[in-house]
Amino acid sequence: MDKLIWLIPVLPLAGFVINGLGRNSLSKGVIGAIGSLLVLVAFGLSVAAFFQIKQTGEPINVTLFDWISVGDFKIPFSFLVDQLSSIMLLIVTGVGFLIHLYSIGYMHDDAGFGKFFSYLNLFVFFMLLLVMGSNYVIMFIGWEGVGLCSYLLIGFWYTNPSYADAAKKAFIMNRIGDLGFLLGIFLIVNTFNSVAYADIFPKAAGMKAGDAPFVLITILLFVGAIGKSAQLPLFTWLPDAMAGPTPVSALIHAATMVTAGIYMIARSNILFTMAPDTMEVIAIVGLATAAFAALIALTQTDIKKVLAYSTVSQLGYMFLGLGVGAYTGAFFHVLTHAFFKALLFLGAGSVIHAMGGEQDMRKMGGLKGKIKITFVTMLVGTIAIAGIPPFSGFFSKDEILAAAFAHSTTFYVVGVITAMLTSFYMFRMMYLTFWGKFRGTHDQEHHLHESPASMTIPLIILAILSAIGGMIGVPAVMGGHHELGAFLEPVFASSKALLGEHELSHSTEWLLMGISVAVAIFAMIYAYMKYVSKASVPVSDEEERPALSNLSYNKFYIDELYDMIIRKPLDAVSVFFYKVVELSGIDGFVNGLGKGSIEASKGLRLLQTGNVGFYIFIMVIGIIAVLVYNFLRI
Amino acid sequence: MDSLTNTIQAVPLNHYILLSAIIFSIGVMGVLLRRNAIVIFMSVELMLNSVNLLLTAFSVYRGDAAGQVFVFFIMALAAAEVAVGLAIIVMIYRNTNSIDINVLNRLKW
Amino acid sequence: MSTFYFIAFLSIFFSILVISAKNPVHSILYLILTFFTFTIHYILMNAQFLAIVNFIVYMGAILVLFLYTLMLINLNKESEPVKPFMIKIAAVFGGGILAVALVSSLKSLGASDPVVLKNPELGLVKNLGKILFNEFLLPFEVSSILLLSAMVGAVLLATKDPKETKATI
Repeated sequence: MDKLIWLIPVLPLAGFVINGLGRNSLSKGVIGAIGSLLVLVAFGLSVAAFFQIKQTGEPINVTLFDWISVGDFKIPFSFLVDQLSSIMLLIVTGVGFLIHLYSIGYMHDDAGFGKFFSYLNLFVFFMLLLVMGSNYVIMFIGWEGVGLCSYLLIGFWYTNPSYADAAKKAFIMNRIGDLGFLLGIFLIVNTFNSVAYADIFPKAAGMKAGDAPFVLITILLFVGAIGKSAQLPLFTWLPDAMAGPTPVSALIHAATMVTAGIYMIARSNILFTMAPDTMEVIAIVGLATAAFAALIALTQTDIKKVLAYSTVSQLGYMFLGLGVGAYTGAFFHVLTHAFFKALLFLGAGSVIHAMGGEQDMRKMGGLKGKIKITFVTMLVGTIAIAGIPPFSGFFSKDEILAAAFAHSTTFYVVGVITAMLTSFYMFRMMYLTFWGKFRGTHDQEHHLHESPASMTIPLIILAILSAIGGMIGVPAVMGGHHELGAFLEPVFASSKALLGEHELSHSTEWLLMGISVAVAIFAMIYAYMKYVSKASVPVSDEEERPALSNLSYNKFYIDELYDMIIRKPLDAVSVFFYKVVELSGIDGFVNGLGKGSIEASKGLRLLQTGNVGFYIFIMVIGIIAVLVYNFLRI
Repeated sequence: MDSLTNTIQAVPLNHYILLSAIIFSIGVMGVLLRRNAIVIFMSVELMLNSVNLLLTAFSVYRGDAAGQVFVFFIMALAAAEVAVGLAIIVMIYRNTNSIDINVLNRLKW
Repeated sequence: MSTFYFIAFLSIFFSILVISAKNPVHSILYLILTFFTFTIHYILMNAQFLAIVNFIVYMGAILVLFLYTLMLINLNKESEPVKPFMIKIAAVFGGGILAVALVSSLKSLGASDPVVLKNPELGLVKNLGKILFNEFLLPFEVSSILLLSAMVGAVLLATKDPKETKATI
């Protein structure tokens, strides 16, 4: 397996090249088959790697070539596949394959079919590079690469200016975070004189906790994670990124790219454990993001925007988990979230496909009889995200909430309230879309049909995973063995040793679980009463809303706020630089040189009188000058 | 001849240099002062001759015959130069009917 | 010795007359006189060959050529327009400063030895001829080519362009 590990990222790269070069010449069937099958083979290899690691317990270390070598400082291009990255590999290639399969059906009528698949493959390649790298620099290559692919894919239909703007917004916000990440890497090099995980983490474990370098490094790395994983305040790109095709939203903005930040922090867990202040900051930012996004999602009417804000909120949960030291719990939530969020996005895509492109939930309704498979699978996904047992979301979310409770009761209370809001808006989405009477146009009603098999099979697979995926993390208190925790033990061992175990009594744990399930079911019933029994529909955009609802619907005017405090001063600075520095200063100087030489030449021109006597006179003066200079000075 | 030569020797070299310098400057002044092309040409001949004189004086002073040979070549050169130069002046006269050098002022801005 | 100073004074006097004479023919005549004094200088240094050559080439050929050309242009009656006064002053000053520069730059040589003929035979035709045709043979031959080219050039320049006749056929 060691010899074949390099194939895992290279196969999607080959897919990118083949599909990219042949996007106009190959047939759609061939393109789709190549793109999907290569990712499937990569998935197979990832499974083999996973089982090898499970059996031996040893990570796979493969060096491909010496990349950077400056004096003592070496950065080899090598892969490290341990427990953490093997699970990420499975997620990326597995969910990636399902989404490739889905895209064959969804993008079938699009002219840029080949381009789409080549971009998807390129994205998978970069994501795999990010996950498999054995040092921070290779991770950064993947980090930047997924940002690039995100730009390419969000702006896929670039002829629409607002879509292109959304792509630019995503890329720029990512770059702001990347600056923090890069500075963090520089500081790491400065402190540890290496960027390889194998060098840094053991050295860090031996240093003193709370040291200044740790705080600085971890804060900077967290800034990078804020940009990539859409936390407060750099989250506004994710809702706008819904401009891209739905498979893109599923792959990038639900399952893989946005989880890169959590992966990075989980990988560097020892560094973060050494800086408790940063962990506090992470927890607070995560919690705030979760609550904020949940509040906005309450009133959204676009089905994809609801899911987008839901993603931001769930990412906030994961950061909360990281911040309170529940690394395993946060990563477990990454896994389950990948399943049910991808499922929900793909299902939303199926609904949009059935509605012929309509995304406004106010125009939907009563679809559960018409598109049955989509309905059932989305229902499974919604129950999972709401955290109702025995589906997967319950286990992961509860682990995070328990750790939050052990850390601070306030965190727990806010977390539970957010869980209630999550359940409420998710079920609101379900009721508005699938229950009640159909509110769309006549043509749309005739057009309603179930999606083709290439789209429904991934839905079914993901629904099964969302339902039973939680079984690998059943906690001891419920009689399980928490296989995932045991599997990931070596990765988080040193952190756990430093943090110590927060032991909660069994009764407390049962109580916490009961509370979270109760609020979820309560929210579900309340939403049912409001949207099915009373059949209320959110008001259209022209009508008045009450003040709080208005704030929530307009996403708390946060984009306008950014516009005012960041964009306008930047514009003013730019105008200043243009008018004063560029036009008057630099242009003036350069043009002045030209003008100066013209004026000087106008003066010198007068020497050419054409008068021979004058020339001879000047010549004599010149000779006298030379004589005087040579003979009388020396 | 010999006695004449013997009696009038022992002139310091500096005096020869001074004489040559003065005649050279007179030639330069002539070039600058006059407007007649032929007179200018004559002043140039005057300058050449002053240099000839100085070369001969040095050659005698140092006992080296190369100086006088050089003078010989300078004279040959001056003859050639006069031939061509006067031909040019005749051409100018044919074209502009005057040999005032101020007439030749077309090569200007 | 006083011969030298007298002849030197004559040279300077006549050369000043050359540049200041109004009539160009007079200028040429004064130039001939100046060259006479130069020839006497050569004889004083026992450079006999050069004295004879100076006499024949310069005064016999070159200055006669000057006179011919002047006659051709029929200039003996005209007087040229004079330059403005300021330019005359500037010219005199220019020449004067040149003289001063030359003289003062040579002052650093200090008092020099008298010019004593070490070898009285130096300027004789036979000795000069020996050196001319032994060491300086190449420049001698090349100067003949120079004279040839000057002759060709002069003939070419002075020939009138043949008038083009229009051919009807």
